[in-house]
Parts: sequence; C-alpha cells; structure tokens
Amino acid sequence: MTQSHWLASASTQAESFDRLFLGLSIFSGLIILLVAALLIGFSIRFRSGSKATRHNVPGLHRREIEIGWIAATAFAALFIFWWATSLNLQFQEPPDGSIEIHVTAKQWMWKASHENGARELGTLHVPVGQPVKLYLESQDVIHSFFVPAFRLKQDVVPGRTIIAWFKATEPGTYELLCAEYCGTGHSRMRGEVVVMTPDDFARWLGDQSEGSTLVAAGRDLFTSVGCSGCHAPASAVHAPDLNGLYGREVPLADGRTITADAAYLRDSILLPRRDVVAGYEPIMPDFAKLLDEDEVEALVAYIRSLGDNDQ
Amino acid sequence: MTDIPQTGPADHSYALPPSYLGAGSTLKSWLLTTDHKRIGLLYLATITFFFFVGGVAATLMRMELITPAGDLVSADTYNRLFTLHGVIMVWFFLVPAIPATLGNFIMPLSIGARDVAFPRLNLLSWYLTAAGGALALVSLLMGGVDTGWTFYTPYSTLYSNSWVTLAAAGVFVAGFGTIATGLNFIVTVHTQRTQGMTWMRLPLFVWSIYATAIMMVLATPVLAIALLMVVAERLFNLGLFNPDQGGDPIIFQHIFWFYSHPAVYIMILPGMGVVTEVLTCFGRRRVFGYEAMVFAILGIAIFSFFVWGHHMFVSGQSTYASLIFSLLSFVVAVPSAIKVFNWSATLYGGHITFEASMLYALGFIGLFTLGGLTGLYLASIPIDVHVTDTYFIVAHFHYIMVGGMVSAFFAGLHYWWPKITGRTYSEGFARLAALLMFVGFNFTFFPQFILGYLGMPRRYWSYPPEFQILNIVSSFGALILAAAYLLPMIYLGLSLWRGRPAGNNPWKATGLEWATTSPPPRDNFDVRPVVNREPYSYHDDGSLPSNRDEHEENVNSQDSEGRGM
Amino acid sequence: MSSLNEPFDTITRQRSAAEFGIWIFLASEVLFFGGLFTGYSVYRFSYPTGFAAAGAETDLLIGTANTALLLTSSATMAVAVWSGRAGFRRQVLWGLSLTALLGAGFMVLKAIEYYNDFTESLIPGSPDFPVPDAGAQVFFSFYWVMTALHAVHLTIGVGAVMTTAIRVWLDRFDWRSTGLLHVLGLYWHLIDVIWIVLFPLLYLLGR
Repeated sequence: MTQSHWLASASTQAESFDRLFLGLSIFSGLIILLVAALLIGFSIRFRSGSKATRHNVPGLHRREIEIGWIAATAFAALFIFWWATSLNLQFQEPPDGSIEIHVTAKQWMWKASHENGARELGTLHVPVGQPVKLYLESQDVIHSFFVPAFRLKQDVVPGRTIIAWFKATEPGTYELLCAEYCGTGHSRMRGEVVVMTPDDFARWLGDQSEGSTLVAAGRDLFTSVGCSGCHAPASAVHAPDLNGLYGREVPLADGRTITADAAYLRDSILLPRRDVVAGYEPIMPDFAKLLDEDEVEALVAYIRSLGDNDQ
Repeated sequence: MTDIPQTGPADHSYALPPSYLGAGSTLKSWLLTTDHKRIGLLYLATITFFFFVGGVAATLMRMELITPAGDLVSADTYNRLFTLHGVIMVWFFLVPAIPATLGNFIMPLSIGARDVAFPRLNLLSWYLTAAGGALALVSLLMGGVDTGWTFYTPYSTLYSNSWVTLAAAGVFVAGFGTIATGLNFIVTVHTQRTQGMTWMRLPLFVWSIYATAIMMVLATPVLAIALLMVVAERLFNLGLFNPDQGGDPIIFQHIFWFYSHPAVYIMILPGMGVVTEVLTCFGRRRVFGYEAMVFAILGIAIFSFFVWGHHMFVSGQSTYASLIFSLLSFVVAVPSAIKVFNWSATLYGGHITFEASMLYALGFIGLFTLGGLTGLYLASIPIDVHVTDTYFIVAHFHYIMVGGMVSAFFAGLHYWWPKITGRTYSEGFARLAALLMFVGFNFTFFPQFILGYLGMPRRYWSYPPEFQILNIVSSFGALILAAAYLLPMIYLGLSLWRGRPAGNNPWKATGLEWATTSPPPRDNFDVRPVVNREPYSYHDDGSLPSNRDEHEENVNSQDSEGRGM
Repeated sequence: MSSLNEPFDTITRQRSAAEFGIWIFLASEVLFFGGLFTGYSVYRFSYPTGFAAAGAETDLLIGTANTALLLTSSATMAVAVWSGRAGFRRQVLWGLSLTALLGAGFMVLKAIEYYNDFTESLIPGSPDFPVPDAGAQVFFSFYWVMTALHAVHLTIGVGAVMTTAIRVWLDRFDWRSTGLLHVLGLYWHLIDVIWIVLFPLLYLLGR
C-alpha cells in the first residue's frame, strides 16, 4: 500500500466529515480545558489551609449558574446535532447517474461485479469523480464494508440488499476493511479500493468484460433454472410479466404497494410467498436452495435489463 | 496521609470493636449469611476474582497487538479472549461492581436501615451471580466463546462453533441475580429509610443506586429474553434471526441494545454517586445544586431507555430512526454535563485535601468528561459512520467504563474501606496507585481514539502495519495499568492483616454510615439514627458539623416524616 | 410461627414492602415478555399473510378451553386472597386447591396440544411443515417460545400455590397478616394476563 500513514481523505463525504470532526474536536478540547481549569484551579485555590477567602454563592445566583450551564449545554448539543444531521441528510440519497456495483460479502472475502459483468475478488475498481452506488449483500453473517479513506461504513446484512454510495475524489489505492466481527478470519477480510481516472477505469473495465456478462449470465439462468417456464410472456401459467417491471410500483395481494427494486426482486426469488403481487396465486416455488448469491445477482441484473423505469 | 485522627485505643493495639465480622467465622456463617454487609463482601471477593480473569484476557490481547501479524495466539484464541474479556468484565465485574458491593454494604447504612428489605433474596442474588459466573467460566474451560460479548446473530446462532449456549446461560442466570438485587434495593429505599430521611435528604449515592436499581429491573429482563431467543435458535433451530427462514438478524440488535444501552448507565450511575460522596467529603462542601443532581440522575436513567438505536447507525436502519436516536443521544448529554459542572462547582470555596479516594474521584471527572465528549462524536451520525466498530468505540467506552466506573469504584473502596474493615491502609501507596492508574489508563486508551479515527477496526487479531506505533504505546500503557491494579491488592491486603483501627469517622464525613462504629455492628446501629438536616452539611469553615449528638436526643421524637412509601 | 422478619418493625410495613416488591417483579416480567411481543409485532408486520395462515393452524378449541380454565383459576385465586384477609381458613384452602387444579388442567391440555402440534409437524425447520407461506415458520417459532415460557411460569405458579396450600393447612405461617397470599395472587394474575395477550396473538389470528 502506497498511501501515507495519516488517514487519506478521498471522497466528497470525507471532506465534510473532516470539517465536522475538527469542529467537534475543538469544541471538546475547549470543554476539557474548561473542566480541567475549574478542577485544578479550585483544587489549588481552595486547598486546605490556603488563605483564599471563602464565601457562599447566594441561592439566587446558584440557580442562575445552574440554569446557565443547562441552557448552554443544551444549545451546544442541539447545534452539533443540527450540523451533523444536515451533513448526514445531504449525503443520504445517491445522486442520479451513479454507476452501480454489486458487492457480495462472505466469510472472509469481498466479491464485486460490475454492470457489464466484470467480476473481481478482494479489489474494487472505481472511477474518480463519479458517484458509485453499491448494492451490498451478504451470503452468511453480518459484515461491514469500511473504507476509512472515504469515511464510509455500511453493515452488510444477510437477507437484505443495502445501498451505500460514495464519490471518490483522489485516484489511489485505499484499504477496504471488514468492520463487523464475522468469525475467525475477520481481521483478514481486507481488500483494496482502486480509484482510477475515468479513462483508465473505462480501459480496465473493457479489459475485464471478456466472456459472458452479468446480464447474459442472467438470461441463461432465466431459462436453465426454469423461470421462463412461467414468466415468459407466452407461458400458459398465470405469472406476472417481467418486462418493464424494474422500478415500477407493484400492488401486492395484501393491499400494500412496493417498488420493484433490486431488493424486492431478490426477495421474490428467494422468498416468493412474502410479497405476492395482486391478482396472482402464491404458486412460485422457493429458489433459496437452488441458487447461490452470484446467480441471484445475475438474475436480478437480467430482469433489470428487461426494462428499467429508472432511466 | 498524616492527618487521619487515630481514634483507636491508645496502646496501638490492632483489636477492633465487636462487629458484624465477629458474628461467626466459619465458611457456613459466610455462605448462609443474610447480613447485607457480609453479602457485600461476598460480592467484593467475586468481582475481584472476575476482574483479574478479565484482566488476564485483556493483557494477552494487548500483547498480541504489539505486532501487526497475529503471532502470539491464533485468530480463534484471540476471538475467544476478547469475548471472554467482554462477557466477564461487563456482567461479572462492571454491572455488580458498585451496586452489589458498595451499594449492598453502604446503602442500607446511609439510610439508617438495619438491613435491606429482603435479606434472604439478597443472598439468593449473590448465588445467582456466582452460579452465572461459574457457567461462564465453565464455557471458558471447555473451549471458550467466539461471538464477542454482543452475541450478534446470525453469527452466534448459526455460525459459531463455540460454547455460546453455556455462556449465554451464565449471563441469563446472573441476570436474575441483577433483577433481584434491583428489586431489593428499590423496596429498601422506599421502606427502610430511618426517621427524618426524606427523599430530598438522601445522599446522592443512594439516589444513584436507586436509579440504577430501576434500570436493572426494567432492562435486564430484555437481555434475558434476547439471550433466550439465541439459545432457543441454537438448540431448536427456530430461525427467529435466520434470514433463510424469514428471520431478521437486526431484530436481535434492537432487543440487545434496548438492554445494553441502559446497562452502560447501570455501570456508570453508581460511580457518579460515589464520586459525589467523595468530593463533598474531601472538599468539605455541600454539593452544588443537589436537586439538579437528583433530576440529572433520574433524567439519565429515563433517557437511557430511548437511545439504543445509536448503536445501529450503520446497521441499515431507517434514516429517520437514526435521526431520532441521534437527537435523543444528544439530549442525554445534557444531564451528564450538569453533573460534571456541578462537581466542579462543588469544589468552589472548599477546604480541599487530596487523599487517595479524592485523587480517584478527580481522575474520574476528567476521564468521564473525555469519555462523555467522545460520546457526542458517536451521537453525530456522519462521524459515527466512520468511527463505529473501530478502536474509537473501544476507547470511548473504556473511558466511561474503566476511566469512569473503575476509578469511581476505587474511590469508593478507599473511602469506605475504613468503615468496611475498620482499618486504615497506606495512603502513600494508595495515592501512588491512583496516579499510576490515571497515567497508565491514558497511555492505554488515548492512542486508541487516534487508531479508531485512522480506521483500525475493533476485534482485529492482526492489523495493517501502519497502526503499529500507536498499538505499542497502548500495550505499554496496559502494562502500567496492570501493575497499578495489582498494587491495591497488596496494600489493602496488608491493611486487613496489620492495619491500624480507623476509628468511626476517619474522614469526618456527614453520611449516616459514619455515625456507627467501624466496622458496624451486626444490626448496623445500636440506636437508630434520626435525620434532621440536609445531606452534605459540611460547615463552611470545613469542620465537622457539631450537631452529631443531636441524633441521639431526637430518637424518641415521633416525626413520621420520611417513612412513607 | 414468627411472621415478622428482619429488618421490619411492624407487620403492616412488611406486608406493604412485600406487595411493593411483587409489583416491581411484575414490571420486570412484563418487559421479559415484552421483548417477545415486540419481535412478534415486527415480524407480523413483515409477514401479514404468513402469520395469518400459520395462526389458522393452532388449535382454537384447546386454546379457548385453556383460556376459560385460567380465567376461572384467577377467580378462585382471588377468593383465596380475600378469604386470607378475612381469616377464613377453609375458603383459603379451597381457593388455593382449585387454583392449582385448574392450573394443572391447563398444563394437561397444553401437553395434548403440544403433542398434536408435534405430530402435525408444526415445527419450524421441519421438512414437513404444512404451511408454505413465508413467515409461517417464524410465527411458529414465536408460538413455541411464548407458550413454553408461559408454561414455565405456570409450572412455577402451580408449585408455589400447592406449597402455600400445604403450609396454610399445617398453619406453618401467619397467612392472615403477612402479604404472602396477596403476593402469590398477583403473580398468578400476571400469568393469566400474559395468556390473555397470547391467546388472540396465537389463536385468533387469521380466523
């Protein structure tokens, strides 16, 4: 690793994070100094046998002092809350036009697959200056995707697809760590995030995309595991048509409405009886034991390619 | 310490007056005792034992972390060490430390009671704690547990091949001991206060034990049910937290932290109470803002139940949930700040002396302040995202738990030692230990804040080489700390053996516990005291209030104040 | 037959302390079950159809019969408690015996129900689990944990009631003035109240 020992700051989040961290550190330093000055000052001045005059603080005055620092602390707390929270909300939603990468965690490695089907293990290549949206999934226990240089951490929870995003600002190689304890190899579950210039990234991606892409792999699976038997438009079985499904609002049998996003598609494949679409029978078999995580991902990518209302 | 008045017999004999200690010396007289003072000592022995078991694990971990490569122990051993350290220290040291030892011994004395409300239940609590500890130790001897003290699912339920069930059973059993202690203390404070001891005359130590007891009763059962679900899932494959069976691992975290956040305050609140007693005594001052302190204690106790979600900002919980938990976490900072400022202000205009327990108490305020301020970092969502699950968290809670709680425990132990044993200890060594602990502690844990900020995750057996220097500093500090913790064993042990009789009130303190003999008689008070003044009524000139004798005169007055529920 | 224990000065005060203590214990118990109720609510929100389908598989007849048994037992318990205050020894003995009997009856029915559930493979993770809907197995996980935990409480309750009945019969303690009968009664009513919450959650759902 070529980076310096001090923590690199390599994403848009990192810059505003550092300002907040610095602000809080100055605030904390002042409070520590104040408390230390009070404790040490009083300890010296009012040590037993010292000549200092001692008088009681009048009752009314005591109350004013008490109310004064309650108000000051409450105000300071609310101010920090406002500052931190507005930062958090600012970085809440991934911006439009993000490139999307699926990341799968398992004991004890990180796997990534890019939009064109390129896959990598233990490394994640991303372009600089472009928002990157990660779909995080775990195959076993809870892991946590942690890139200190980006000030980004997100738990990866089995059974869910969690979205995280960042925009890298500096090309370089940064540590990727697992931050949630996940068993024997937890401390070895490390990788690298390689931030490249957009040109380099495009070249790299082009070199990787030999062979079948994720979507193509999904199309093959769609037929080979039997999805097409029911979901093909010409099928005799009464099953929802998947063309143009991605990103649409879907009414469910129990009256709720749900957005057909990656997480929903994944759930529908693995837990088909959980969110049944209105007007259909819950007849779809459960594919949890037939497909591994990579295959589910490929299927989801394929269904997305059938029509994406996001675009 | 030169100005301890030697009120013992003039011939400097080491004999003590007849006391609870003389009420039998057989093993049976200890194991079947219902005397709150003896039960307090049983707890003291138990937690000291567990403190050293957990301490050995911590020392081994720090030694492993001197080098980036995992070379001293295997990864599996390391994982078992930090789990052992966490489980033992949290449930078998920190939770019982102040409430069940000092609380058990001192609280009934401070309110002028003969004993706790349910003495036999009190003994049962100790047996449950000891049995739980024994189960946890057995799980260690069988091969250990590797889940971390948080028992996160699905690792603990589906993937761990270690003795999770046994360790969880140990914590579960000890939990009932905690609940019983809490129940006992609440009823004791309500029903056993002596005449004139109104609620607003209670020493703040009693208030803090009372608030702690409420949290014990309301939070511990939630931990019990969480562990029960983990055990049920392991034994019967129930799938409550197994995503393949439709379960959700995050629910466990919610239930677990609903207990474990209040548990943090179960550990720290009694420490705050102890520090208030010590500061007022050695500052010779009435506490600044007594009522605000009471409301701060109760406020912390109540709010602590509504901030658990700040442990889960990166778990994938909804943004709005995170916002609310963040706000509430900032709110809970206010009562904590009130306490720090009131302690500082208490010293104003005092006649301060610096006995060992005062040094521990002053150290507590400094370390607690730093621990509390870093809590503000963790309540801020963007910062929490970066530093959670790193050494920043480790440093933060050790500042609160070790810097805060353990300092307060030692402050209290040194403060009440003459009352508990009737003997004095070496002030010089005690002050040395206090300073060593403060220095060693900061060396150990301050570098961990920086490590966390730089991104070193917690629970790492091996780590990237750029973190080595800070880890070496931390391990070096841990050595100082280990030595500092061994010191009290020596001089307090010597005190038991050859300490001079301390006299009834060596510190000239005002609490009711000082109004009886040292050590106290079996029934605590020969004549039940009556209270007719505010707590901490140290005179402005620093002398002991002269109206101690008025207690005796007022014994027969039929003032029923303070006897209601 | 000393009924006044250390550290109390008067029996009234001891009695009120005991009653206060049991209320605190009950608060603790409510939070103990509260963890389960919370988990149940969250999952029911996630799997409304699965929970409804699974709820229809429980044995409504036995569930209802057991509800009736427990409600009646609370009445007999109340008789015992109030007779104790009034000093009617015979009524106390009858009340406690009937309560223990009704509690035991509940457990017999519950055992039959468990046996039936077992033969119908209503066990989470079982390959023959009859309800295919997602979440149905989670429902039964809660069913087993909640009812088993309730049964443990009831077993302790029946044991305590029988012991107390024998001690009253032998006049081993001052049941007229100590709070023990009242304390026992409050514990019994809590078991009852928890069942009243469990009954609709587990038996009436999805019908």
